[in-house]
Amino acid sequence: MNVVAPFEGIGVSVKRKEDLRFLSGRGQYTDDIVRPGQTYAYILRSPHAHARINRIDTAAAQASPGVVAVYTGADLAAIGGLPCGWQIHNKDGSPMAEPKHPVLAEGKVRHVGDPVAVVIADSRERAKDAAETILVDYEVLPAAATMQAALAPGAPAIHDGIAGNLCYDWHIGDKAVNDAAFAAAAKVVTFETTNNRLVPNAMEPRAAIGDYDTTTGEHTLFTTSQNPHVIRLLMGAFVLQIPESKLRVVAPDVGGGFGSKIYHYAEEAIVTWAAARLGRPVKWTADRSESFMSDAHGRDHVTKASLALDANGKILALRVHTQANMGAYLSTFAPCVPTYLYATLLAGVYTTPTIYCEVKAVFTNTVPVDAYRGAGRPEATFLLERLMDVAAKETGIDRVELRRRNFIPADAFPYQTPVALQYDSGDYQSTLDEALATADWAGFEARRAEAARRGKLRGIGVSTYLEACGIAPSAVVGSLGARAGLYEVGTIRVHPTGSVTVLTGAHSHGQGHETTFAQLVSDRLGVPVAQVDVVHGDTAKIPFGMGTYGSRSLAVGGSAMFKAMDKIIAKGKKIAAHLMEASVDDVEFDRGTFRVAGTDKTKSLGEIALTAYVPHNYPIEEIEPGLDETAFYDPKNFTYPGGCHIAEVEIDPDTGRVAVVQFTAVDDVGRVINPMIVEGQVQGGVAQGIGQALLEHAVYDTNGQLLSGSMMDYTMPRADDLPNVGVATHTTLCTHNPLGVKGCGEVGAIGSPPAVINAVVDALRDYGVSHVEMPATPDRIWGIINAGRKMAAE
Amino acid sequence: MPQVTLSVNGKSHTVEVEGRTLLVELLRERLRLTGTHVGCDTSQCGACVVHIDGESVKSCTILALQADGTQVTTIEGLAKPDGTLHPMQEAFREYHALQCGFCTPGMVMAAIDLVQKHPAGLSEKEIREGLEGNLCRCTGYHNIVKAIAAAQDVMHGRRSELARAEAAE
Repeated sequence: MNVVAPFEGIGVSVKRKEDLRFLSGRGQYTDDIVRPGQTYAYILRSPHAHARINRIDTAAAQASPGVVAVYTGADLAAIGGLPCGWQIHNKDGSPMAEPKHPVLAEGKVRHVGDPVAVVIADSRERAKDAAETILVDYEVLPAAATMQAALAPGAPAIHDGIAGNLCYDWHIGDKAVNDAAFAAAAKVVTFETTNNRLVPNAMEPRAAIGDYDTTTGEHTLFTTSQNPHVIRLLMGAFVLQIPESKLRVVAPDVGGGFGSKIYHYAEEAIVTWAAARLGRPVKWTADRSESFMSDAHGRDHVTKASLALDANGKILALRVHTQANMGAYLSTFAPCVPTYLYATLLAGVYTTPTIYCEVKAVFTNTVPVDAYRGAGRPEATFLLERLMDVAAKETGIDRVELRRRNFIPADAFPYQTPVALQYDSGDYQSTLDEALATADWAGFEARRAEAARRGKLRGIGVSTYLEACGIAPSAVVGSLGARAGLYEVGTIRVHPTGSVTVLTGAHSHGQGHETTFAQLVSDRLGVPVAQVDVVHGDTAKIPFGMGTYGSRSLAVGGSAMFKAMDKIIAKGKKIAAHLMEASVDDVEFDRGTFRVAGTDKTKSLGEIALTAYVPHNYPIEEIEPGLDETAFYDPKNFTYPGGCHIAEVEIDPDTGRVAVVQFTAVDDVGRVINPMIVEGQVQGGVAQGIGQALLEHAVYDTNGQLLSGSMMDYTMPRADDLPNVGVATHTTLCTHNPLGVKGCGEVGAIGSPPAVINAVVDALRDYGVSHVEMPATPDRIWGIINAGRKMAAE
Repeated sequence: MPQVTLSVNGKSHTVEVEGRTLLVELLRERLRLTGTHVGCDTSQCGACVVHIDGESVKSCTILALQADGTQVTTIEGLAKPDGTLHPMQEAFREYHALQCGFCTPGMVMAAIDLVQKHPAGLSEKEIREGLEGNLCRCTGYHNIVKAIAAAQDVMHGRRSELARAEAAE
């Protein structure tokens, strides 16, 4: 009987391999791991935004029941500070200010949550009890909680020797050309906005376990990381001086990241260092309140922009001034977010001939800010897509038409922007057309009228966007200040009986790599998905890797696997040629079968694998035994997903509550491997985008206290805050990677916030507002409506 | 130290605990049932939901001692001994209602109780309102809502097997 296995390759919604363990409670997250003799760390954190530490008295804590050790900054002063992975240069060519980021505070605390001391005890509760007895003599200093306060004359100096709390003053573009374009413009539109500060809030709080083998001198760190090899590199080389061969970093199942688990955090260094010192494993797990004040936050830009247009609505020039909050210290990738992930995106999908952008990065007495889902690209997209609507209103040109007039045409690729990037492919008219049709844009006015009869204000908003991901070509990012290469590594290990293990330097923390990557291999090598196992997250198992962020796993990591499969196939052909007594050049390979061209002579991949491992009849002079290949893939360019998001909202004028009643996303993410997973990624991204637009805001008071410091105060999107999210894809292939893929992890969070706010502004068109800042909370909306009513009454 | 005796997933346990020990700590750290997760410290996220005598309860809001004499079911106790998944687990898999998996155990336990309490069936709006106590940061809830809607038909005997998710375009 000839049984045809179901095709499980590219383009099929294969159910996820990882689901069974998560659904049955058998996932293994960092806090689930127990090491023999494990101790527990509790971190005492600063309650002040800015204070000098005069003295720390740990005597009572040292004597508390169950306490193994208490450490302060003085104990760790000999180890390095937490390094920053990206150096930006000022306009004058000088490097950015890069203050030391101590693992435990040294003499001063600079934000609420800054770690001051660590207590290690035989239980979490006893460590916490003991920490409460530590006496810290703080001399409270004036705090600069906002960028405005930090840049004001006479502002408190957060770091010694850094004038005006300025990290860098950077720019891109030709100012003179830009100025000339503005001088010749028929119309100039200006716009100011604050991109609201967000807390990533992956559902799994961060955790770390340090372990040390006294007989071998090997350190092991289990950590909630998106990139275990990067942590090994940063912590081993810069903080603790441990050679890579003696440091194993394991990132097991990780419960979401969204960027916040990219960075090297103090707690990782503390538990690794303390475990070696004590000769016992040390575990630390954040509670959610700690996450709020110690995980890197996202966004927090203040921007003024101007758009120059000709009389026909063609964009002539864009000018942008942005202040970006770095927080109290530089997190791992913080400096690149408002520069090379933001300003380089300001062309968007438009043919803007000249762009000038200057960015001031500012230290404040707040938690460090770094990349959060989208990272710089949501800020650029929000700015552009709000500007387009403001420009449409001021010029009287329909907002969809204004976008169409300025789109980069589908036949203009490769397209060089004035801000460094060269887009390889895209089709913005088509994604717009498809989204308009799906959302029934043409029929909207009838829905607005119907809502009005129910007493609701209904609005519709569109956002046509693009992003740069698949991060990133090493030489390019190196020239821009990255202190690392951004290639990826893949190993394809074909076992003697033909099953396959894939080792990848990418890391899955919700993305479903174990399934998508298995499909890639299944598609090409013809091995069933069930016989392809994907291993990630352990530096002891995987040759190397740069991890998962910037929608890079498939575009870069998948391409590395593809290259490794090239090597497998090339070697397999040599073995097959030997076995079938043919010339290598005559051997073809297709989905698991080697064939002598034009004949019925074939060998299966399994037969070739067995021969490779049992090389009795084998071209041993020519090739080595085994069928196990590794490839490092360095991308040639970024990838450029894009598309169109349309939001439809209804506002209750009595409460100011905004409900997103319909959401349509049509995204070009390149070739789709698993449509089900892509839809899920977009839906999740859109949910975070709607969260930013309507609900979420990390709020500090003027003293630097984090007011929205728990899930009771910070509004996370819940099921009844969100609509169904209709997702479709319209594909143009990436031209420079072997898979044609672009990436789908961030598009949702990038395209959606301006679509929602454009809809809110549209709903409020009778109330005289040209902009509503995020989050568009009921309080904010009610205030606008109430002011509008008053205007009408007066 | 005081003792608590309770049944977890059909197995009886007697454990000494501190007065302040939470049920979730008992489950995770003493019984090593780590499928139940802790995602917050303000009883907002629902990652720790278990069933106590058939009712869904956030196990971070109850002291272990308060669970004395009860029957607790955790995510580990849902599937049949032969590995057959509960219809809600099956629906979550079929509808891609989980990504990172961290909120999933609490979400599944809460969803089962929600469906059981509404034998007449739940509308999409009612499902969304019923999930008010559970946070998910990955999925945007779209597929969770669809999974629960599909699972309720099987749980209430209106279908013998799960309606399959539509093939994505």
